[in-house]
Amino acid sequence: MAEPGAAALTTADGMPLRAALARASRRARLRAALLVAPLLLFVLVSFVWPIGQMLLRSVNNVQFAANMPELTAWFAANPRGTPVDEAAFAALAADLRLAAASRTVGTVGTRINYELPGSRSLFTATGRAAGGLEPPYREALLALNPDWGREELWTVMRGASARYTANFYLAALDLRRDAGGGIVRVAPEQRVYVSLFLRTFALSAVITVVCLALGFPVAHLLATLPVRRANMLMILVLLPFWTSLLVRTSSWIVLLQGQGVVNNVLVALGIVDEGGRLSMMYNQTGTIVAMTHILLPFMILPLYSVMKTIPPAYARAARSLGATSWTTFRRIYLPLTVPGIGAGAMLVFILAVGYYITPALVGGASGQLISNQIAFHMQNTLNWSLAAALAALLLAAVLLLYWLYDRLVGIDNMKLG
Amino acid sequence: MAPDDIDRTFVAFERVQKSYDGVTLVVKDLNLAIARGEFLTMLGPSGSGKTTCLMMLAGFETATHGEIRLGGRPITTVPPHRRGIGMVFQNYALFPHLTVGENLAFPLEVRGIGRAEREAKIARALDMVQMKGFAGRRPGQLSGGQQQRIALARALVFDPALVLMDEPLGALDKQLREHMQFEIKHLHERLGITVVYVTHDQGEALTMSDRIAVFNDGVIQQLAAPEVLYEQPMNSFVASFIGENNTLDGTVETIAGERCTVRLDGGTVIDARPVNVSRQGVRTRVSIRPERVEVRPERLPRGVHLVEAEVLEFIYMGDIFRVRLNVAGNDDFVMKYRNAPDAVRLVPGARIQIGWRPEDCRALDAA
Ligand SMILES: Nc1ncnc2c1ncn2[C@@H]1O[C@H](COP(=O)(O)OP(=O)(O)OP(=O)(O)O)[C@@H](O)[C@H]1O
Ligand SMILES: [Mg+2]
Repeated sequence: MAEPGAAALTTADGMPLRAALARASRRARLRAALLVAPLLLFVLVSFVWPIGQMLLRSVNNVQFAANMPELTAWFAANPRGTPVDEAAFAALAADLRLAAASRTVGTVGTRINYELPGSRSLFTATGRAAGGLEPPYREALLALNPDWGREELWTVMRGASARYTANFYLAALDLRRDAGGGIVRVAPEQRVYVSLFLRTFALSAVITVVCLALGFPVAHLLATLPVRRANMLMILVLLPFWTSLLVRTSSWIVLLQGQGVVNNVLVALGIVDEGGRLSMMYNQTGTIVAMTHILLPFMILPLYSVMKTIPPAYARAARSLGATSWTTFRRIYLPLTVPGIGAGAMLVFILAVGYYITPALVGGASGQLISNQIAFHMQNTLNWSLAAALAALLLAAVLLLYWLYDRLVGIDNMKLG
Repeated sequence: MAPDDIDRTFVAFERVQKSYDGVTLVVKDLNLAIARGEFLTMLGPSGSGKTTCLMMLAGFETATHGEIRLGGRPITTVPPHRRGIGMVFQNYALFPHLTVGENLAFPLEVRGIGRAEREAKIARALDMVQMKGFAGRRPGQLSGGQQQRIALARALVFDPALVLMDEPLGALDKQLREHMQFEIKHLHERLGITVVYVTHDQGEALTMSDRIAVFNDGVIQQLAAPEVLYEQPMNSFVASFIGENNTLDGTVETIAGERCTVRLDGGTVIDARPVNVSRQGVRTRVSIRPERVEVRPERLPRGVHLVEAEVLEFIYMGDIFRVRLNVAGNDDFVMKYRNAPDAVRLVPGARIQIGWRPEDCRALDAA
C-alpha cells in the first residue's frame, strides 16, 4: 500500500511503478482472459441468458397488447376507475374482429383465461361472431354474451394491456388486483402457491436435516478409515450416481408401496396387520425418503472433504487436555466441520427446493413440490409467464438463503470440495 | 537408576509389547522406569517406535502386552482424558478455531475451574513462555516458534505432573530450536515436572536430558545419562548413532581384564577396552571418537600400539582441525584436534603415526 502523500515510486527509467506493473501484467491477464473465454461464453449462453429470458417472461405481457391495439390504447387514455363507455366497447369489437381475422383471438383468450378461468371460450365464441357486430357495440356485445359486462373481466383486461406487469408475481403469491387496483388475496379455495412454497421449504429442510444426520457419521467414517476400505465405502456412496434416477426412484416404489416389500415383511412378521399397511408411498413420506436417498451424496462429499483435512491430532490434543469424547466432539470436531456442514446443507437444500422428477413420481398429492406446479404451467396450462414468476420467486428465496448464510456463518466458511 | 530409587519411580513400562498389524512387533519387551522430576528423552531413528511408546503412555494406543504404570497405578483402563498428562504434539495441534486464550482455557474449562482462577492460570502460563498479550490471536496468526510456545503453555497450564513432547521442535529452524531447548529445560527445572521427550536429533537429546533411552527397532539399546552414552556406548548401534565415530573391524587377539588387543582385518594390531567381547578369537568392531585420536603419539602412555595412517584431507574449521585419514583400509577415519599454537598442520598424502589411549577405544559387538 502506498502511503498517502508519499512520493510515487518509479522504476529505474522513471516510469511510475504502478503503470509499469499494470503494463507487465496486462499480457498475462489478457492470456488468462482468453483461456476462460470459452467457459465464460458457455455460462453466458447456457445460464445467464436463459435466466434473463425467464425473468423477462415473468413480467412480459405482450400477448394481449400486441393483438388488441385499440382497446390497449383506450386503457392507456383512460385511467383506472373510468366507467367502461361505448368507446371502449367499440375498441373491443374492432380488436376482436381484427384478432379473429388474424386468428390470434385464441391467444388473447388464453391470456385472459390465466387470470379469469373460463374466459377463453368467451373470446373465441365472440371472435367467430365479431364480423356481424353493429353499433352500438355495448348492447351488441352484451347481447352476444352478458359476461362482457363483468367488472372483473375489465379489470383483468386492463391488467393484461400493460406491456410489463407484476400480475404473474401476484398470482404466484395467491394475490390479485381488485377492481380498484388494490392488491387482495384470492378466494381461499384458489390459494395454492403460498402453501406449496411453504411445504417445499419445510420438506427441503426436513430432507436436509435427515441427510446431515445420516451423512455426518458416514463422512466421518470415510475420512478416518484406512485408504483401501475408505475407497470401498466411497464407491458405495457414489453408487447412486451410477444408476438412473428413474431406476432408483422406482425401486423405492417397489419397496415402500402398499403391497411393497417393506409392508409385506411387516405383515409377515405380524408387526402390522393386513388392514394396517403403512402408507409410505405417494405422500410426503415417499418424497422425503426417496429424495434423501438421492441427495445424500451431496451432503457426504463436502463433509468428507472438510473432515479429511482435520488432523486426528486435534482430537487427541483435546483428550489429553482432559476433555471427554463428547466434549471433544462438541467443542473441537464439530466447529471444525462447520464449513462442510454449511456447504452440504446449502447444496442439498437448494437441490431439494428445485427437485422435480422424484416428487412427481412418488409424492402423490401431498408430496408435490413447487417445481411440479412450475412444470404443470409449462406443459399443461402453457402459462409460461406464471411458471417463470414461480421460478423467479424460488430463485429469490435461494439467493436470500445464501445471503442469510453469508451474514450468519460467512461464505468463506463454506467448503464445497 | 539405582534400585533404591524405585519408590521415586513415576512412570514404569513393564515388559511392554506393541503390534499394530499382529505380524510385527513395533515395540519389543520394553522395560523403562522414569523417576519423578526426571527429563527423559527417547532418541532413535525414524520408525523405531518412539511415538508409539508415547501414545501408549498418553492412552491413544493400547499395549498389546505388558503393563504401564503411572504413579504406581496401572493405567491400561484409564481413558486418556483422566490420565492428567500434558502433551505437546509435533505440529502443535493448537485448535485453529479458538484464540490463544481459548486454547489455554480449554483444559481448565473441562476441569470445571472457575473463571477468575482460569484467567490467573492463563496469564501465568503465557507469562511463563513470554507470550503475554497474545491471548486474543488465533494460532494461524502466530509464527512457528510462537505456536510452539503456546502449545507448551497449553500443556502446562493445568499443572500436570507429567508432560510428553513428541518432537516439539522439529518444525523450527536451528537457531530457534536451540533457544527453545534451553527454555524447555529451564521450565522443567523450575516447575519440577517429569518430562518424556521424543526426538531424533541427538544434539537436542544430549543437551536437554537427564537420561536418554536410545531406541532402535523397538528395543532400548542403551539407557544412560548423556555423557555416559557418548563416552561409553554399550554397542555399536549406540556408538554410531550418537556423535561422530570411527569404526574398525577385526578379531580379538588377547584379552585381559580391562584391556585387549585386536588384530584389524588389514593385519595391524591395536589396543582397546573390551565392552561386549569376552574371549579371544571373536569378531569385534572397535569404536573411537575422532577427538580421542592422538596426532602426537609421544603424549600417549608408554607401550600402546601405534597405527600407520595416510592423510587424505585436511580441513581447517577455525577452532579445530578435521583430518580424514586412511587407517587400515578404512578411508573414512576422522580425527579432530584443537587449533592450538603448536598444533601440526598436515598435508594430504603425508604418512603419519596415530594412536589412542586403550580405554578410549571400545571393542563392541561385530555389527
Ligand atoms: N497407526 C499405525 N498403524 C500401523 N503401523 C503403525 C502405526 N503407527 C506407527 N506404525 C508403525 O510402527 C513403527 C513405529 O512407528 P513410530 O511412529 O512409533 O516411530 P517413531 O520412532 O516415532 O518414528 P519417527 O521418528 O519417524 O516419528 C513404524 O514402522 C510405523 O510404520
Ligand atoms: Mg514419531
